[in-house]
Amino acid sequence: MKNGTKKTFSAGLGQLTIPIIAICLLVIFNLIRDPGFFSIGIMHNNDGNIVLAGNLISIINGASELAVLAIGMTLVTAACGGQDISVGAAAAIAGSVFVKVLKSVPSISGGTVLLAFLSACVVAMLFGCFNGTLVAVFHIQPMIATLILYTCGRSIAYWINGGATPTVDSPILSGIGSFIPGIPIPTPVLIVIALALLFKLLFHFTSLELLTQSVGINGSAARLNGINATFIRLLSFILLGVCVSVAGTIGVSRLGLINHETLLLDVEMDAILAVAIGGNNLGGGKFKIGGSIIGAYVIQMLTITLYAMKVSSTDVKAYKAIVIILLVVIGSPVVKARFEKWVAQFRTPKLKASTKGAE
Amino acid sequence: MQENCLLQMRHIDKRFPGVLALSNVDFTLRKGEIHALMGENGAGKSTLIKILTGVYQMDGGEITVDGEKVVIRSPQDAQNHGISTVYQEITLCPNLTVAENMFIGRDDSLWVKHKDREKRADEILGKLGIPARSTQQLGSCSLAVQQMVAIARAVDMQCKVLILDEPTSSLDDKEVNMLFDLMRDLKKQEVGIIFVTHFLEQVYEVSDRITVLRNGELVGEYLTEDLPQVELVAKMIGKELDELSSLSEFEEKKTENKEVFYEASSLSSSETVPFDFSIHKGEVNGFTGLLGSGRSESVRAIFGADKVTGGAVKIKGEPVKITKPIDAMRHGIGYLAEDRKRDGIIAELSVRENIILALQVMNGFFKPISRSESEAFADEYIKVLNIKTASRETPVGSLSGGNQQKVILARWLLTHPDYLILDEPTRGIDVGTKLEIQKLVLKLAEDGVSVTFISSEVEEMLRTCSRLIVMRDRHIVGELKGQDLNQAQVMKTIAGGEA
Amino acid sequence: MKKFRSMLIAVILTMSLVLTACGASGGAASGGSSSGGTIKVGVVNNPPSESGYREANVKDMEAVFSAANGYELKTAYSLKNDEQLQAAQGFITEGVDYLLISAAETTGWDEVLKKAQEAGIKVYLFDRMIDVDESLYEAAVVSDMAKEGETAVKWLLDQNLDAYNVIHIQGAMGSDAQIGRTGALDEQFASGKMTKIVQQTATWDEAEAKKIVESVINSGEDFNVIYAENDGMAKGAVAALDEAGITHGVDGKVIVMGFDCNKWALRELLAGAWNYDGQCSPFQAQIISDLIKGVTTNSSKKIINEEKGFDAKTITQSDIDTYGLGE
Repeated sequence: MKNGTKKTFSAGLGQLTIPIIAICLLVIFNLIRDPGFFSIGIMHNNDGNIVLAGNLISIINGASELAVLAIGMTLVTAACGGQDISVGAAAAIAGSVFVKVLKSVPSISGGTVLLAFLSACVVAMLFGCFNGTLVAVFHIQPMIATLILYTCGRSIAYWINGGATPTVDSPILSGIGSFIPGIPIPTPVLIVIALALLFKLLFHFTSLELLTQSVGINGSAARLNGINATFIRLLSFILLGVCVSVAGTIGVSRLGLINHETLLLDVEMDAILAVAIGGNNLGGGKFKIGGSIIGAYVIQMLTITLYAMKVSSTDVKAYKAIVIILLVVIGSPVVKARFEKWVAQFRTPKLKASTKGAE
Repeated sequence: MQENCLLQMRHIDKRFPGVLALSNVDFTLRKGEIHALMGENGAGKSTLIKILTGVYQMDGGEITVDGEKVVIRSPQDAQNHGISTVYQEITLCPNLTVAENMFIGRDDSLWVKHKDREKRADEILGKLGIPARSTQQLGSCSLAVQQMVAIARAVDMQCKVLILDEPTSSLDDKEVNMLFDLMRDLKKQEVGIIFVTHFLEQVYEVSDRITVLRNGELVGEYLTEDLPQVELVAKMIGKELDELSSLSEFEEKKTENKEVFYEASSLSSSETVPFDFSIHKGEVNGFTGLLGSGRSESVRAIFGADKVTGGAVKIKGEPVKITKPIDAMRHGIGYLAEDRKRDGIIAELSVRENIILALQVMNGFFKPISRSESEAFADEYIKVLNIKTASRETPVGSLSGGNQQKVILARWLLTHPDYLILDEPTRGIDVGTKLEIQKLVLKLAEDGVSVTFISSEVEEMLRTCSRLIVMRDRHIVGELKGQDLNQAQVMKTIAGGEA
Repeated sequence: MKKFRSMLIAVILTMSLVLTACGASGGAASGGSSSGGTIKVGVVNNPPSESGYREANVKDMEAVFSAANGYELKTAYSLKNDEQLQAAQGFITEGVDYLLISAAETTGWDEVLKKAQEAGIKVYLFDRMIDVDESLYEAAVVSDMAKEGETAVKWLLDQNLDAYNVIHIQGAMGSDAQIGRTGALDEQFASGKMTKIVQQTATWDEAEAKKIVESVINSGEDFNVIYAENDGMAKGAVAALDEAGITHGVDGKVIVMGFDCNKWALRELLAGAWNYDGQCSPFQAQIISDLIKGVTTNSSKKIINEEKGFDAKTITQSDIDTYGLGE
């Protein structure tokens, strides 16, 4: 029994150990390389607002879309034991819808932006429904099911707006994509915080967390306990759809432009990695949203560090891959077990040595 | 007779950590014989088979094939000695053709003469009377034919010993007959067949000899015609017949009364034939029968765990529809599933979360049980059921089997069910916990909860149930209560025929 | 079963032979009629969804080779070379008078172009060259990406800055546009006239461009030129400048340069927020039409499509209307 407790204890902390260690290592590495790396400056931007700037701000700001998607991806992973690889393409669709609506209204106001976001949200949720139905009802492996949208999503995004890069310009958009006048923190960061809180509330006011974990860990037992596993899985995809529309909206608002070919390109892989780095089991089951968000920041910090080191951006992906392989391997159960064994071995001789010393 | 002897296993021992799985077991197979290997779960049948096929290594004893001592270290060794196995699940490739399946992995030459293969395959299939063409995709054949193709493959590999492990469990009657015809054919060709099954009637239909194992020990080897079914059952379960009949009669339990809580007529699911069943308020009844007799499937149908295909259900006289577990739960039914690991625990979740799961589901999506409330529930039931766990936040997977079972019991008790179905609640747990669970069942009944109890141990059921429904080969074959509620009668009814 | 299959194949083969024969004869007949009235033009192009450039290119073709101008236009769009080849083959058998090709790949066209020649169909290449003998086509109207880069760098040198500290944001490495537009700037870096603060590819991704500029700003390094190899990346770079409070454009600290001449980008120029935008002209149709109708003649087979560079100080609204892509 005692053994059991120990295991739980280490497992409870263990999930966040790897991402937190990773962040610490990156911070230390950067501080050694450049002590001023994390300094935050206060300056005026071109709109005359006081804003915060610096690498730290760049990291948490730049990771926003990824963090948002990682939240949704965590849920899908937990419930379905697989990942949605179409989030980038779906975000391009959501972004295109957002721009389409804004371009078709006579003038851009708070109301129309909200309308545009809600439209994007509905569309993204519909596509989430599509993916979710394939996975939950037809039991197609998530990666295979979402491969469809991954392949055709950006074409769909093209059909929505035609043309390559339609632009929209409005102070409201730059308010969403960069800074709201009077608030020195980038708005995308605030959106991530808001969304994370929203999910926290969702977990508080519904039994979603328990049900999702049950379905992910043991679908058969969950069903026999009256859980509608199909619904839970479908729901996870719909919630991911919400995240996708938020990420798409942020992405579009940053530049006031939608390029359906490049918006959040390859973000799905980063989102899956964020989930993995966050210590979540990619095979489903127990999850920690917080871990995935930290995972997103780890990835972004890594990218920014490499940029700051003037590593060519073509090489960045290779370096990123190396670091991520290390992280994931270190976090794997095999290595963990080896490590525990090693620690145990290390402890026993030490004990013996100390008793000898006493003699 | 010694000359006739094809395979001999003598003094076989097999130890697993903490268990003696086989102890001094002998087994003899003769040429041209169908030999049934019988025993309840955990008797050692599959261990013996796995030693014979090289999956496990024995710790003691010797094996001779055709009088020569052999050492079987791997499935490949077994094949080389002419020992082939056809498993319950088809282990062939459904997307290859029949011919490809028959020859795959057997000749390693890179250049394959398909025509030759197909011709040879058709020859064998024809000789054995198997209704399949060599060029047909295996997946397009029925399960029975697939199984027969697997047998044909084994036959063509010059096998002398053919092991059929539960070959009939997914076949219908007609297919079973086809398979038996094939087995009889092979018998004429001097192949020795080891037949593992839980269908008693099939044993009597096709086998020549029966070897019974119990608790890893040999009970005996018998000629089928000399061993009545009822004796076979007694030997499998471990009570001699006279011993059984001499048991004192059980005191009558006091439940003949009150309203009917649950009543089903010609209820059927995808896994059962239509059956009738009812239970009174505060009654404890049970389904009994050998493993695979359909007892679990029946209660799963009651709970809506399998796809319900027909029948009418009334609860407290009101017609209701129960097609999925949540329906049953809303009508006050709880179900503790037979396979704890697969259908019961959510291993990585904590004891607390496992306990509140069913109640949470019934409360609904938007009414989560608060943390403090769930902690109170967990603490209460950990205390009431004496669950041994380090804390309520311990993952339930790290608990012992008995405590896991108590956690699931707690889960259902927390929903305050009117009717609780317990399928093998005491399997694989220690004696103390078994008694606790039995007591709990009786106490629940006193409080007016109806309980359906299933156990492989007849004694346990006799102690707790006031009515036993006996099943054999997926059909209800009897209902015992009062005077008839004794081991001898139960055995007889399970065995059927000569009561 | 097998017999049936081989029979089926035989039938299909025969039918297709007959059909091609019919098509050929039909083509000859219509070829005769064309001399009297409309000119039949078959265009094999990439689909308009490929890019804003292509969309403008397709629209331009449709506008110039219209019925009003005396043409009958047939089009086939594909990103795949073999589908394009098939389409070209189809146009030949249909009997067009002119075949206009923007190929997906540079190879594999020999046979088709020879057939066209045998059928007396004149071939014009546009936008992209093909690896075939010059005799197989009348002319190739193409952009010269290297020249686009040279024009831009020449403009930059004409600004006579005290120092050139350049952030160079490249397109997808290895693409024609990237290689062409990078070349001229690399020469300046090599000669020491300009200083390379950072040279990174953003693979045409706006957000990536923003991150690149952001990281330079965060490092505190000084720069006064952003040379982005397309408009989108220039926009991303400008977003980073705006957030950091760095001025840009006509009266700003940093010179912003882009390429492609999207309408929205030219409007940035007109507003003075950017300084320069280099054209990559998708408008080859008129040149080809003039050649067909004999309005102009070509001395060389390769015709470089004249491309402009726009300066924020001189650009006008009519430039935007004429040369801007998209909306």
